[in-house]
Amino acid sequence: MNLAIREALLTFRRWPALSLLSITTIAFALFVVGLFALVALNLRNTLRSIEERVEIVMYLTRGTPIEIATVAIEDIEAFPEVASVVYITEEEALLRASEELVEFQGIFSELETNPLPASLEVQLLPGFRNTESAQVVAERLSGFAFAEDIRYGQDWVEKLDRLRRVAGIVGLLIGGAFALASVIIIGTTIRMSVLQRAHEISIMRLVGATDGFVRRPFLVEGGLKGALGGLAAVGLNFAAFYTINRTLFEVSFFSFGQAALIVLFGLALGLIASATSVGRHLRKV
Amino acid sequence: MIRFQKVFRAYGKNLALRDVTLHVRKAEFVFLTGHSGAGKSTILRLIYADQLPTQGEVRISGFRTDTLSNRDIAKLRRRLGIVFQDFRLLTDRTTEENIAFALEVTGSRRSIIGPKVTRVLTQVGLIQKAQQYPNELSGGEQQRVAIARALVNDPFVILADEPTGNLDERATRGIFQLLRDINANGTAVVMATHNLELVRQTHYRSVELQDGVIVFDSAVDEQLEETVR
Repeated sequence: MNLAIREALLTFRRWPALSLLSITTIAFALFVVGLFALVALNLRNTLRSIEERVEIVMYLTRGTPIEIATVAIEDIEAFPEVASVVYITEEEALLRASEELVEFQGIFSELETNPLPASLEVQLLPGFRNTESAQVVAERLSGFAFAEDIRYGQDWVEKLDRLRRVAGIVGLLIGGAFALASVIIIGTTIRMSVLQRAHEISIMRLVGATDGFVRRPFLVEGGLKGALGGLAAVGLNFAAFYTINRTLFEVSFFSFGQAALIVLFGLALGLIASATSVGRHLRKV
Repeated sequence: MIRFQKVFRAYGKNLALRDVTLHVRKAEFVFLTGHSGAGKSTILRLIYADQLPTQGEVRISGFRTDTLSNRDIAKLRRRLGIVFQDFRLLTDRTTEENIAFALEVTGSRRSIIGPKVTRVLTQVGLIQKAQQYPNELSGGEQQRVAIARALVNDPFVILADEPTGNLDERATRGIFQLLRDINANGTAVVMATHNLELVRQTHYRSVELQDGVIVFDSAVDEQLEETVR
């Protein structure tokens, strides 16, 4: 194994320009993948914060006694999807409306009777903040005799769901395409390296090197180039993140684990690409 | 040790070897002669399992080459020393590194590599040039490095494909003497050559090929002469 590492490092010393070119190409390919991952990450964070706001509001029939509402709250809180239930009295509803709808404050103050009903605001647990769960809970709530109306922003919950799904699919497709492009690029650079060392490989085989032995330095080289490319890509992504953060708007960056994952991804791509390239060459000669 | 039994080797429609039966014994020196394309190199390539017979069988130390796995072929080559006309040295490595390379690829320990390299460099008379690169050496010296590399794994046979083809007369004599010395120490040598002068100089066995067919084998013909007598 030491020899494989030495041979791989020798390649970097013997052909620094080609090695640098390989790493740069890999870095840019992974940078694009990383950039997309960064967009996906920020989109997910945004969606998550929007999801936090998904709640179901059950308006109560006027005159529903508070005791009945309290018993209902206990029942609703026992639903597996429900995180919490808050009881909003008619007065609280009016106060909130006058605070939120400042332009109608005059009208609110002139009202003789409070037109707003009391309500129960049902917060869902994370993982249940989607259309299906909201619908299920809303249907269950409609079983209560004092339920006047139930709202859960069906439209935008559905839109949110659709957006998330589309983002997921687009992410997978674009990410997959760039990952494939990275494999091809790394494979090509390793193939150049293999061709450059074809003479050496033929000598290796003549003096009794096994295919595994011939393959090892290339795997180390490919893995190393992939990992270094990944590392450079993380750096480029950080530069992009820093620039956007300073000039446009606030975005979040990868966690240490996620950044390490990009480097590992580069390493894996490098290994796959070199194994394919060397394997193809060895089968030919 | 090396046995060809009714071997045919075809390249597409062309037959490079036809019905070749040949037996090389332990510590024997055998010349393969014949014009270009007669099949000399094909015989050598069949011995180091770079190619397999189209028909018939090639056995090295009892093992049929066409039944060997890739790993077994690699192991077989560690027991052979192969030398070419164009030396096939790594130009970016020193003499010493070129020889050590043959041991490194077989997974030899570092403690073994140094003394072995020194031993073969002394044997081929290049100990003073251990740190030089191939392009700093003459053709004869480069071929000596190639022979040293072939020797370093203690092979039972040296396969030499036109080893003097690129050398002047003086270097040719030196390389040939070196191969004779190696043979005298008990290593078989199978040498393909165009140089009939070398063949005539000695009483080693010579096998002549013509269009892939053995047309003369001094060992067989001598035996025949003795039988007739």
